[in-house]
Formats: sequence, structure tokens, C-alpha cells
Amino acid sequence: MEKIVKGNAFVLGNNVDTDQIIPAEHLVYSLSDPEEKKKYGHFALSSVPISQSGLPNGGIPFITGENYTSEFNILIGGANFGCGSSREHAPFALQVAGVKAIIAESYARIFYRNCVDGGFLLPYETPIKLSEKIKTGDELELNVEMNSLKNITTGEIFSLRSLGDILPIIEAGDIFKYARQSGMLA
Amino acid sequence: MAMTITEKILAKAAGKKNVEPGVNVWLDVDVLMTHDVCGPPTIDIWKREFGGQAKIWDKDKLVIFPDHYIFTKNPQANRNVEILREFANEFGIQNYYDVGTDRYKGVCHIALAEEGFDLPGTVLFGTDSHTCTSGAFGMFSTGVGNTDAAFILGTGKIWEKIPESLKFTFDGELPPYLTAKDLILKVLGEITTDGGTYRALEFDGDAVFSLSMDERMTLTNMAIEAGAMNGIIAADAVTETYVKQRTKKPYEIFHSDQDANYIAKYRFDASKMEPSVAKPHSPDNYDIVRNVKGTKLTKSYIGSCTGGKLSDFVAAAKILFGNKTAVPTFIVPASTLIAQQLEEETISGVSLKQIFENAGCVVAQSSCAACLGGPMDTIGRAVDGETIISTTNRNFPGRMGSKKSAVYLASPLTVAASALTGVITDPRDFL
Repeated sequence: MEKIVKGNAFVLGNNVDTDQIIPAEHLVYSLSDPEEKKKYGHFALSSVPISQSGLPNGGIPFITGENYTSEFNILIGGANFGCGSSREHAPFALQVAGVKAIIAESYARIFYRNCVDGGFLLPYETPIKLSEKIKTGDELELNVEMNSLKNITTGEIFSLRSLGDILPIIEAGDIFKYARQSGMLA
Repeated sequence: MAMTITEKILAKAAGKKNVEPGVNVWLDVDVLMTHDVCGPPTIDIWKREFGGQAKIWDKDKLVIFPDHYIFTKNPQANRNVEILREFANEFGIQNYYDVGTDRYKGVCHIALAEEGFDLPGTVLFGTDSHTCTSGAFGMFSTGVGNTDAAFILGTGKIWEKIPESLKFTFDGELPPYLTAKDLILKVLGEITTDGGTYRALEFDGDAVFSLSMDERMTLTNMAIEAGAMNGIIAADAVTETYVKQRTKKPYEIFHSDQDANYIAKYRFDASKMEPSVAKPHSPDNYDIVRNVKGTKLTKSYIGSCTGGKLSDFVAAAKILFGNKTAVPTFIVPASTLIAQQLEEETISGVSLKQIFENAGCVVAQSSCAACLGGPMDTIGRAVDGETIISTTNRNFPGRMGSKKSAVYLASPLTVAASALTGVITDPRDFL
């Protein structure tokens, strides 16, 4: 696990649902084929209403042109991030697009589990309304050991909630690695 | 120690005498369900992690329903069904319900009930957020992703955090112009889309126990729309009758203790409630139909795991009988059994199917269809800036197809009444 995650912020609002993260029509592609899976990155966050895409001003596409990776790799969300369906394709699509971590006020349960158990992304929580403190494009540095986030652009530092009970799974890598390390699986 | 029904079922599955909310436990899973969207990646992960020696923990406990993208020319969607077919053949999965055969069932959550997999007191995990539907049978059921499902497929176990519980009591008698959909939309309006996150929603009261299993499933189905881990209704004689008609498998009925702990209790008088809608673009954007009546529509849609059951079509047919729809109206029975029932059930000697066709509706084949948009050739899919009224469960931006469209969620009565006028209409105008 990386202890320091650096990247550019992409700021979103409340209730970003999994249909916005990866619309259902795209759930047909293979997640294991190295070429085909790039489509998940290409269509990541493609159904976010454009006014809400890249706050505070909106109007910023997460993915440009024919790319499948984004120039933004830390997402800032509001409340109830990842609500809606159980599709693991959602955190997967964000991972393919290059996202390393999300910092949101809260998460929907299945999306949160998927991030952790599948080892796709770091899902940090904070009660601070970061969407009022961070702008899309700001340079960020996430410190996993300190549970803190620095906005390098403004110099502000925010403390984040500890990852808590699920930290051992994150440190192991995913649920399977955790189960092997803890002797549950051979 | 006093416990809720959810805590009792999870304690049993965890092999413990009692459990408390907030504690993580490992559960023994009774049934794992998957479908054509999440089945193939689940199988991939299972093979990757368990290698050539990969074994299914218990073949009889795995149930696979292709249901999402079925009647489409999309090659990748069809390939995904083919992957399920090959997997079922290779590993001898009895509970595989293949497309294009007389075993095909349609939407997984309804088929689970019809095929006798929903059993009081048991624990069901599924690769679909609406797996919470099965909680109508007094069991614990919830959705998980592909990785968790692959873990269960190989081990029969999964970790879960014991949820806190919220209780919703509906007293009184449900008037003929209301359905379970009106009740759950009211709940969502009260607690919003994250009011149930990591929590159990428990429903009770005379109005709930007067409901058929079809209608109870409408309540529990949309627990996830509040972010809930599960929705649950204790089993009673109605539940037992339904279950015993379908299976001989054993089950155990649990009830919440009188002094069980809830973080909040809500009480409603069902007899005084109003026909409800969820306005675009969120299931908690509650209003009463009267406040939005006259909103111009381009389409109406009756279908899905939450709104395509026999009870939904009986309700709609009462209003559509002898009338013509003013906007394109899609009838999508959740399961092939329901499709058959549409031909068998009659009102004044006319079959439900005939009533719908006489009204000018399109009666489609059973699948998830346009509830979640799906491939471009999906029947009923939202195009451009449509305004749709639908009995489905989600109206997120783009959920039914075009992200320029707007979707109102409502009961089958309200949807049918609105289909006749072309504008959002209170069903009392037709009852």
C-alpha cells in the first residue's frame, strides 16, 4: 500500500450514484481483457450531470477525447458517494481511469465494500465539506499513515477519519489476501 | 439480550448466541445469487483466486439467473450469457435458468421467490443491490460486489457489519388507491437516500401484514434506495403459505423482541396517506401526486423487480380496462411466470394481457429491460429528453437510458392513470 498518494483533485457533489460512475449500458465489457477493460476507464463518470462534473464550476469532463485515463486521480465527494447498484464495475472503472483514492463525507455500503474488498481504491471519510475547500485541479497529497490530506495548492491540511476496522484488508491488498494472511484461506 | 429480527438471523448465521450492531462478523451464507452482468466477472475473480483447483463451496446453494441484458443484439451482452452457460455446464450448476429454454425465469429477485429460494430465517447474498427484496420473507438478504461474491463462491462465508435497525410501522387499512409503492416512497422521503446506510429497515404494522408477498417485496426491494443493508418483514401465515407452495426446504421464523433496540421508530397511518411520487432525479425526492398532477409525459412504464409483479399488473389493469393510453406504455412482466399469469388472470372475463393490448400498451418479454437503461436496443429505453412515469425503483440521471430524460417513480395505479391522460394523474380520478 502506498503511504503517500499525490494527485490532482476532481470534485463532485452529493449522491454520486453508480449509474453516474459507469452507466449500465457499458456493463457488458470484460473486466479481465486488458484491451476491453480500458472502456471502463473511458466511460468513468460519464453520466455525471455536466453542471456537477468538476466542481465548483462544473463543466469539466473527467475523461477527455479517446482517453481511458484521467488527469485527475483523487476524487472529492460529498455525502452518500457510490449509492445505487452493487456493480463493482464502478470502483473498477475509477481504478482503470487512474483514480487512487476518494475522500467523501460518506459512502453507500456496497460501493464502500467493493472499494475495500476488491482493493481498487482508498475510500477515506471526513466530516469536513471538502467541496468547499478544494477546487477541481488542486494538487493534493494524501498521507495514509497520518490520515491527513494536504491541499498543496492552498497549503491547507485536513484530518481524515481513520480507516478503522477495514484497515487490515486495505493493508493486505484485498479480501483474498487478507483471508490468506489471517489463515482463513489456504 | 433483546434483539431485532435482523440481529437474530445474523447471530445464527455467525454461530453466535447474540450480536450487537457495529460488530463485524463472519457469516455462513445459505444462498448466493448472481446474474449476467455480475456473474462473469465474479467467475473470473473466483478462478483467478482459487486457480485450476477452484471449487464451489456448495453447488446447490448457487443460483444463477440471466435477466439483465437478454433480448438484445449487443454482442458483449450475449457473450456474458454464454459465459454463464459454459460455467453452468462445466460445473454442473442445477440452479441455472438459461435464456432461450423453458427454464428461463426473468428478473432474479422475483424468480428467487417463485422458485422457493426465499426462506424465512436464512441468509442470502446476491451480486445485485436489489437482493434486499427477499427480506420480505423474514430473511436476511443483501447485495455485494463481484469480489465478495467470488469469496462466497469459494468459501461460503463473508464478513458483514451487524446493522443498526430502523422500524417503520404502518397502522390502519391501506385504501384502494394506494399500494406498497406509495408507502416506500413516503419512507424514502422521510429518511432520504442515505438514511438507511449500513442499517436494517424493518417494516411492520397491520397495513404491512395485510399485504400480499408481491406487495411486501415492493417495500423491501427499495430499502436499498435508502442505502440500507437490508429490508425485512417478519414471516407470517401469508409468507408460510407462499413458501410451502414452492419448496419443502426447512426454514425458521424469527421475530424482533418487544424491547429490541432501534435507533429510530417511525409510525404512519396508512389510511390517511396519499398517492406518492419520487420526482427526478432521486428516489427520495418525495411529493404527493396532487402536487405534480398535469406534468406532461412522453412514456409510461410498468415493470422491474419492484413494479412488474402480478399485483402491479392487476392494479394497473383495473384502471386501463376499457380505456386507451395517451402515451406509449410498456408492460414488462418481471418473470416468465408473471407473463403467463397475465394471460390467465382476468377482469370481467378479459385477460390482463388483452386489457393491456386493447389499451394500446406494448407487452414485452420478461427481463430487467429499461429499468436500468441497458444496451441501446433495449425495449422501452429512455431516449433524449423524455419525461417518463415508471413503477421502477431508481430515477437517477440516465438510469433508464438517456441522461437528458426525467423519470417520476410512482405506483402502478398512478402510472396507469397517467398513461391514460398523458399527464401525471391521481389514480383516484379513475377509481
